[in-house]
Amino acid sequence: MRFLAFLEHHEGRLQKDSLGVLSKAASLDGEVEAVLLGSDVNELAGEAGKYGAQRVHVDDDVLLDKPLPQPRVDALETLLGDQQFDAVLFASSVLSADIAAALAARLDAGLNYDLTDLAVEDGKLVGKRPALGDSVYADVGWTSEPRLALVRSGTFEPVETGGSAEVVPFESRFQDFSLAATMVEQAHEESEGPSIEDADVIVAAGRGLGGPDNFGLVEELAKALGGAVAATRAVVDAGWYPYSTQVGQTGKTVSPKLYVAVGVSGAIQHKVGMQSSSLIVAINKDPNAPIFEYADFGVVGDLHEIVPKLTELVRARKAA
Amino acid sequence: MKIAVCAKYVPESTATRRIDPQTKRLDRSGEGALNPFDVNAVEEALRLKEAGSDGEVVIVSLGPERALEAMRRALAMGADRIVLVADEGAAGSDLVATSRVLAAALERESPDLVLFGQQANDADGAVLWAAVAERLQRPLISQVAELSLGDGKARGKRQTEYGYDVIDAPLPAVVAVSDAINEPRYPSLKGIMGAKKKPQETVSLADLGVGAEEAGEAGSRTTVEALNDPPPRGDTVKIEDDGSAAEKIVEFLQERKAV
Repeated sequence: MRFLAFLEHHEGRLQKDSLGVLSKAASLDGEVEAVLLGSDVNELAGEAGKYGAQRVHVDDDVLLDKPLPQPRVDALETLLGDQQFDAVLFASSVLSADIAAALAARLDAGLNYDLTDLAVEDGKLVGKRPALGDSVYADVGWTSEPRLALVRSGTFEPVETGGSAEVVPFESRFQDFSLAATMVEQAHEESEGPSIEDADVIVAAGRGLGGPDNFGLVEELAKALGGAVAATRAVVDAGWYPYSTQVGQTGKTVSPKLYVAVGVSGAIQHKVGMQSSSLIVAINKDPNAPIFEYADFGVVGDLHEIVPKLTELVRARKAA
Repeated sequence: MKIAVCAKYVPESTATRRIDPQTKRLDRSGEGALNPFDVNAVEEALRLKEAGSDGEVVIVSLGPERALEAMRRALAMGADRIVLVADEGAAGSDLVATSRVLAAALERESPDLVLFGQQANDADGAVLWAAVAERLQRPLISQVAELSLGDGKARGKRQTEYGYDVIDAPLPAVVAVSDAINEPRYPSLKGIMGAKKKPQETVSLADLGVGAEEAGEAGSRTTVEALNDPPPRGDTVKIEDDGSAAEKIVEFLQERKAV
């Protein structure tokens, strides 16, 4: 089987998740190649060899400078028009999910997404996809080529094998509509704050908190537990709490000893950022919140009642 | 300004969800609702309409006939009409097929702006908008937490793994909004009463010129081969608060030596 791994990069470095997907492909039986798109990225291409790519297809073009999805769909269509691959693998990200989905429509090629594993069984590629809050695992397949696969973020670790890759340049043909959207401002990071990545205890607040004024509740609990406060994407996007405290797919990945999720529904985008925490406690009024599927201890109830009491009890215990 | 909002009919969030072992599809026989993430897209469309002088908000959906009732919530909020693609032949459509059918329904409307919600609450995909934008050959901005229109352009601020991007897309465009973009309004009593009288059109695949082989399982390019139990995980405990939840959490933390 001939695999093509899509390599994402940021500020001169290859993104870890896409190297993980490349490494996974290298562990399967077949030829493994990669594609790298951007401006001034030739230097980076060779890096991919260390993770198992035998060949890296590179289009170094100023039109691919900004991380916008649609020009990349054109680039991949160009490459896939000239070269036949059995499967094209993407590590899920804001950018790659859009590219993979648009490419599926462009080529009428099947896309399986949110995959947590890939295997070759009886000569066939099989994807593993959790569904319904990870309570069912489906084996998924493709009926067209190339098979497009979008892997859940944080799934595969990069493994250095120390090879080298042949770098093959190519030139993309672009469509007008693909170049219509323009980046006005890129990766502007807002509101720097203290790091949550080193905290042993994290108290995370989600939309269930009700509003920015209620953050005092979780701040008090975090203080009592000697931990830091984190937030979900919805809360950060709404401007309730700084971006630097965000846990999840587009935020930080944390693995504290204790993670207390308060009013956090626990959608997959959040889960990938905190699932390796040693102990997860969840308080949420919705009994069907996905977080209860993986919290070690879940409480269905009103956080406004429970959190202040919990803070008092923890304080009392520490004082004793 | 004509704004189309793509909305999905999903199982009620309180319902127990299961996959039909025969069809390997989500069992959709129970009560349904308008996907909560799409409510943010409806709200954003109404705000954009209200900010301009004239405009129309059309709800475009693909689902069973009975989805109309759930979609009326959008009409009660203030949307103007519904176009529902209801056709047995579309059941079981994957991304490739769904995007084709939705794009056909949208092309018939030719809106200035197509809005999507952040995701469906019955699937963890969040990929449909990019496929639809591709089929319509329109520029795309996804994951938008702030949206404005002006000078024939949509400007979206979106969050990525590295911070916030600001992206401009000339209209007509496709925009997917995050659920943090607004606080959706509740339908007024007058809105609810008026909703039934607003136009609600049901169309078939044939009406859209989509062939039977282009939709449903025949038009799909992915398959579900088998359903398995999830890998075993540690014991999880879930309790209802009876007034002593805080004590029980502390007991649990003590047991695990976490406090």
